[in-house]
Amino acid sequence: MSVNYGAKRIVVGAHYGLRDWLGQRVTAALMALFTVLILGRFIFSTGPFGYEQWASIFSSQWMKALTFTVIVALLYHVWIGMRDIWMDYIKPVWLRLSLHVFTLVWLLSCAGWSIQVLWRL
Amino acid sequence: MSELAPGAAKKRPEFRNINAFKDLPGYRWPLASLVSGMHRISGAILFFLMPFIVWMFDSSISSEISFAKFKAAFNIGMLGVPGVIWKLIALALIWAYLQHFIAGLRHLWMDTHHDATSKEFGRSSAAFTLAASIGLTLLLGARLFGLY
Repeated sequence: MSVNYGAKRIVVGAHYGLRDWLGQRVTAALMALFTVLILGRFIFSTGPFGYEQWASIFSSQWMKALTFTVIVALLYHVWIGMRDIWMDYIKPVWLRLSLHVFTLVWLLSCAGWSIQVLWRL
Repeated sequence: MSELAPGAAKKRPEFRNINAFKDLPGYRWPLASLVSGMHRISGAILFFLMPFIVWMFDSSISSEISFAKFKAAFNIGMLGVPGVIWKLIALALIWAYLQHFIAGLRHLWMDTHHDATSKEFGRSSAAFTLAASIGLTLLLGARLFGLY
C-alpha cells in the first residue's frame, strides 16, 4: 500500500478549499463595509431623500469603480455559496453540472446588467 | 470472511445518508444550527431574487421616470401583480439580507476570535442574530407598509 503521509503523500483534490473559504470571507467583509457606507450616506443626507439624493450617491467615478468592485466580490461570494449548496445536496453529476452552469449564467447576467446601469448613470 | 458459514454472518447495520422525509421531521434544531440553516436559506433567496434586486437598482437609479415606475410597482402594482405582493417580496429580501448580514458578521467574529468558538457563545450569539434580524425586519417592514 502506498504511503499517504509525509513528503511522498499522494496529493489529491483541487486545492481550492482554503482559497475559496478565505475569498468568501474577504468579499463578505468588503460588502459589509460597502453596506455601511451606503447606509451612512442615506442616514447623514439632509432634507427629504428622493431620486436626486439616491442617484447622487453613485454618480461620482470613484463610487462607480468601488461599486463595480463590490459587484465582482458579490459574484465570487455567491458563486462559492451556491456551488457549496449544490455540492452538498445534489448528487447526480449531470444535474449538478447543469445547476453550476445555470448559477454562472444567472450571476454573470445580473452582474453585466448592474454594471451597465452603473455607467449609464 | 470465507471461513464463516453461510447464514452465520449477522446482518450489519447500514448507515445511509439522511432521508429528507424520514429523518428531517425528527431533527432537533438548536439555535446555532437554526442560524446555520437560515444562512443557507437566506443566501439562496438572495441568489434567486437577484434579477429583481438588479431591476430595483436599475429602475430606482436610472432616471426620474424610471424612479416613478419603481415607486408605482410597490404602490400600485406591476406585471398584473398588485403592489402588496411586491412589497412582500421586498420584505422577504429585507429579512434575507439582514439575516445573512448579521449571521455573516457572527461567522467572521468566530473565525477571528478563538474564545468565540464555544458552545455557549454559539448559542447566545445565535439567539442575538435571530432577535436582531427579526426585530429589524419588523421595524423596516412596518415602514414599508406605511405603519409609521
